[in-house]
Amino acid sequence: MTAMTTTTTDVERAVRGILDPEIPVITIDDLGIVRDVELVGDDLVRVTITPTYSGCPAMEAIAQQIRLVAERHGRRAEVVTRLSPPWTTDWMSEEGREALRRFGIAPPTGTRPAGPVTVSLSVRRVTCPHCGSEDTEELARFGSTACKALRRCRACREPFEEFKAI
Amino acid sequence: MSTTGTTGTTARHTAYLLGLGDDALVYAQRLGEWLTRAPQIEEDMALGNIGLDLLGQARALLTRAGEVEGRGRDEDDLAYLRDERDFRNVHLVERPRGDFGQEMARLLWFSSYQHELYAGLLGSGDEVLAGVAGKAIKEVTYHRDHATQWVLRLGDGTEESHRRMQAGLEAVQPYVAELFDDDPVSVWAAETGLGVLPSTLREPATGYVHAVLEQATLTVPEEPRWRSRGGREGIHSEAMGYLLAEMQHLHRSHPGATW
Repeated sequence: MTAMTTTTTDVERAVRGILDPEIPVITIDDLGIVRDVELVGDDLVRVTITPTYSGCPAMEAIAQQIRLVAERHGRRAEVVTRLSPPWTTDWMSEEGREALRRFGIAPPTGTRPAGPVTVSLSVRRVTCPHCGSEDTEELARFGSTACKALRRCRACREPFEEFKAI
Repeated sequence: MSTTGTTGTTARHTAYLLGLGDDALVYAQRLGEWLTRAPQIEEDMALGNIGLDLLGQARALLTRAGEVEGRGRDEDDLAYLRDERDFRNVHLVERPRGDFGQEMARLLWFSSYQHELYAGLLGSGDEVLAGVAGKAIKEVTYHRDHATQWVLRLGDGTEESHRRMQAGLEAVQPYVAELFDDDPVSVWAAETGLGVLPSTLREPATGYVHAVLEQATLTVPEEPRWRSRGGREGIHSEAMGYLLAEMQHLHRSHPGATW
């Protein structure tokens, strides 16, 4: 494959625009996991990412995708993992939240309190991404991926996933 | 500064990380056994996800242990190619899978312990370890919430669920004290600012668990006549060999195999 371009903006835009493999409506940039994209010399791009969850298998797929995108721009990719400070859903962009909502996933609501949490099922208010009702309940704290919980709307009766605040 | 032998700085630093990583790795393996065995599909997913979080923590901790050791061993070498006596996990995590009540009792204790542990490790002199702790504590908070809600629901539920939840607590009780034992490596790690002294975690972790039990109308089990010891020194139970056989078999049969 021929190198199409090597300007910072193009490579960086392409890397930041990679879609999350599990939720393919949100870019890794909007997800807030890209810490840095740095061009090194003529043939390397160093991408620093902060993983969402320690064991999230999507991280491997994302690293692979970064290498593929870099190759298309005539560069090798070095993917650096930075754990600290830890990723938080606060880093998710407004665009990202809106994309999740349109996709039918309730975006994270606020950051969870640092102190002890009251012991009861589902005390948070989560808005149904389908009908907008706040009358929703938690079905399962752990959904189809580590980052999501499963809820249902009592107004429109539709089940939906919620991106957990972390 | 000594870098070799079992009492050198490097060896003790490595051993400390292995203890933390092995607890997470072995419990991840046990939780994985619940897939298709939990009482409902949501629990298959929940326990699978919790195991996945722990596996992620184990990978980071074992990778760090390999770096500190400096003998070129990576996370896979440490997970798959060590023998039973080289594993430093506590007995609680290697216990065979019991019923769901027993698992929730184990998860409540382990996540309460881990929560206090990682809170203490946020200030570790090992920056990588502090970073892992910062990430992990958020995950463990969810694990602890999950166990808490089930213990409440089962304890303060039907006569049958109460009885079985209480039995689960009794079954894991002999393995709880070991979590808070001050083994020589942890004492050294606490003194050097790398780690935390396990005995200092007993009060906050126990306080949390006992508050949950009270609210769940359950009874704190009596001090058991026998209690586990020695996991941190590589002394394990019969169950551990079978667990390792399953976990390590593929890698040992096909060294270097990749997807």
